Amino acid sequence: MKAIVNHRLFWPATALVVLVAINAIAQPRFLAITMRDGKLYGALIDILRQSAPLMLVALGMTIVIATRGIDLSVGAIMAVSGAVALTIIDSSGSPDAVATVGIAVIVAVLVAMVLGLWNGFLVSVLGIQPIIATLVLMLAGRGVALLITGGKITTVNSAPLKYLASGYVLILPVAFFIWVAAVAIVSAIERRTALGVLTESVGINPEASRLAGVRSRGIIWGAYIASGILAGAAGILAASDIRAADANAAGLWIELYAILAVVLGGTSLMGGKFSIAGTVIGVLFVTTLESTVVFLGIPPAQKPVFFGAAVIVVVLLQAPRVHEWGRKVGSTFRKQPTDSKTEVEVAA
Amino acid sequence: MPADTEVPPIVEMQGITIQFPGVLALDNVDFFLRSGEVHALMGENGAGKSTLIKALTGVYAIDSGAITVAGEARTFGSTADAQAAGISTVYQEVNLCANLSVGENVMLGHEPRGATGIDWRRTHDRAADHLSALGMDIDTKSILSSHPIAIQQLVAIARAMVLDAKVLILDEPTSSLDRDEVALLFGVVRDVKSKGVAVLFVSHFLDQVYEIADRITVLRNGKLVGEYPAAELPREQLITKMIGRELENLEAIAGTAQREIDRTAAPVISARGIAKRGFLEPADIDVYAGEVVGLAGLLGSGRTELVRLLYGANRADAGVVEVDGAPAKITSPRHAIDHRIAFSSEDRRGEGIIADLTVAENIVLGIQARRGWLRRVRRTEADAVVAEYIAALGVRPANPQMLAGNLSGGNQQKVLLARWLATAPKLIVLDEPTRGIDVGAKADIQAKVAELSEQGLAVIFISSELEEVLRLAQRVIVLRDRHHVGTLDSSEIDLDGLIDYIAKSEEGSAA
Repeated sequence: MKAIVNHRLFWPATALVVLVAINAIAQPRFLAITMRDGKLYGALIDILRQSAPLMLVALGMTIVIATRGIDLSVGAIMAVSGAVALTIIDSSGSPDAVATVGIAVIVAVLVAMVLGLWNGFLVSVLGIQPIIATLVLMLAGRGVALLITGGKITTVNSAPLKYLASGYVLILPVAFFIWVAAVAIVSAIERRTALGVLTESVGINPEASRLAGVRSRGIIWGAYIASGILAGAAGILAASDIRAADANAAGLWIELYAILAVVLGGTSLMGGKFSIAGTVIGVLFVTTLESTVVFLGIPPAQKPVFFGAAVIVVVLLQAPRVHEWGRKVGSTFRKQPTDSKTEVEVAA
Repeated sequence: MPADTEVPPIVEMQGITIQFPGVLALDNVDFFLRSGEVHALMGENGAGKSTLIKALTGVYAIDSGAITVAGEARTFGSTADAQAAGISTVYQEVNLCANLSVGENVMLGHEPRGATGIDWRRTHDRAADHLSALGMDIDTKSILSSHPIAIQQLVAIARAMVLDAKVLILDEPTSSLDRDEVALLFGVVRDVKSKGVAVLFVSHFLDQVYEIADRITVLRNGKLVGEYPAAELPREQLITKMIGRELENLEAIAGTAQREIDRTAAPVISARGIAKRGFLEPADIDVYAGEVVGLAGLLGSGRTELVRLLYGANRADAGVVEVDGAPAKITSPRHAIDHRIAFSSEDRRGEGIIADLTVAENIVLGIQARRGWLRRVRRTEADAVVAEYIAALGVRPANPQMLAGNLSGGNQQKVLLARWLATAPKLIVLDEPTRGIDVGAKADIQAKVAELSEQGLAVIFISSELEEVLRLAQRVIVLRDRHHVGTLDSSEIDLDGLIDYIAKSEEGSAA
């Protein structure tokens, strides 16, 4: 029992379960999952589908944060990537062809990769502080996206594009499989190779890592490239969801939600040790919280207050000082009947 | 003069017990500190010195026992409680705000206020007064990090004076100070002592302990061994009490320095005129296989600078380097590693250990970095390497899953040595590998260096303790003021001779 409580994912997971339980109590149909035409529908399935863009962005953010960095430009990269993809499809003669969408996706992700390359160059080669280096693109990126779309909201009608965000594979949404695949690939690259531990090493102590022979420049650069690629993919999903590229609204504020999800998942902003499983839980929590607002019927104007309150509760739950305080309060309660102490220990 | 035993102690710590997960850090320890005495707390790393100090400064809560300060029972919930009780501490690692000015650091939290908030001019004036009372004349508006560690240490001591402490704890204050600075510090300590302040002094330098301490308390394995007047405890007895056994290790390596080195083959590394502007004047060095070359000189003399240039940690802008007789261009640590050169920095925490990774991950890091991220060191291979080096170097506790940051300094040094030895280097550069670590671990590390060099490893060994250098090195390179002033054969020189040589070269260039 103690081992479970002390596990670093215990509090994030508990928060997620409690949030789901609150929804289920308020609206029992929250848990309802129905099967239609061999496909599953329901609020929980929606959450799995809607998590996709944030999940991709937060994965990249996790790696960047592990290197002691931060990537504020992910929302802007999403806007650029969506703009590139939809402009290609829009200007093509056959928007419904899988090949067209395929090319659009590849080009958009490549453009996103170049933007990540730029961020990484500023941080790892020029040594600019990450928050400033990525702020450049955060501010400039949406302007680039507007240039690409010519200042309009580009809308397209393309079945393969629509399929990415709304389609199903077997009984579950495509978007769900996309993020599961991304999580699996990133986990494999980080943990099946030595990249994860070298990234942590660089994040914990860059100078000691350099002297130990770790190629810190390459590792940091790579983290921003990965973040760019993942944000690019997220941008395509977001555009696919509304079948439009809106340079001003796509991925708005997502960098902050991604940082939130990473931190809720137990990865420290100080860099170093990171947890991909924690980030997955963090993203599911944030996405569930979004739909909780709807399910509890909270007026849109009050949404930020509710959101903030929920976040502060979870952050407090994870704070070591609060744990310590909880133990103190707990032990004063236990000490009153002195002979029951042994029982408590057995129970613990 | 030992302080009068009749004086009631200002600090009484009785029956102090502190339990950490899996370790009894302090086991029923009594400790008394009297006003107007300098009391040395001695023991190996892991003996419980730091834990006892942290109990006294409110960093750790005690599990049982009682702390009385000036006759009043105290429970310290935080370091602020301890400071309020008049206890000030200067730690081993300088813990000041490196990005604030010297004056701000000295006066932090005690800035004089005027009508419109903090009066910065008076703050700096007062800081300057405190510093000049310590014999230091530095610009209080300069940023702390722009000064060498030695000066930062003295600033930390000046800061403790500002707090007007009744008890001053000096935890390894001299580990980065040179001779003159130590003399300066001790002058201040005597001054403070004569004003009735109780000084608790922790140092691994036995000479300094005997120079300054009135009384000595010895701890071993978390238990109290005893309290003795310094004048009645001969040095050999002190060491025996600290480590609980005699120092056979050091006797065994005594012959190392006299060993004949075969200098017919090309040296493992050879540098001519290696230099960097404002960093190091042109220096020459040759190290042959199986040879230990010592670097001697005061702090800031260019010892560290020379090896950093050799390793590529800083880029040299002049000079020629050959590795095994072939020209080599080493402009980054990666190049050095490719030439099988290893470098253990003097700044163990800042540039050595990765504190939040485990002992095992720290040891494997060297091999892993060499292989690159794609070729991960397999678990079985890593376990074998880690187990081998933990045993060979005697890392304690021998727990590969422990975070390296939680080890004592001596054991962190062993982990770093393990990291490099696992990469099978031809040349290993050890910069102050024995600084701030206990007598037992020092002997272990010196014995290991002697053993490895005998097996053919080339070693560059830097230490402020010249006895160590003379014990291990066949040749000694002397540096001063960033100049290479000479290379000596250690069979031709003894300790006094070496000190004279360093001193003479000092006079020479001053003239």
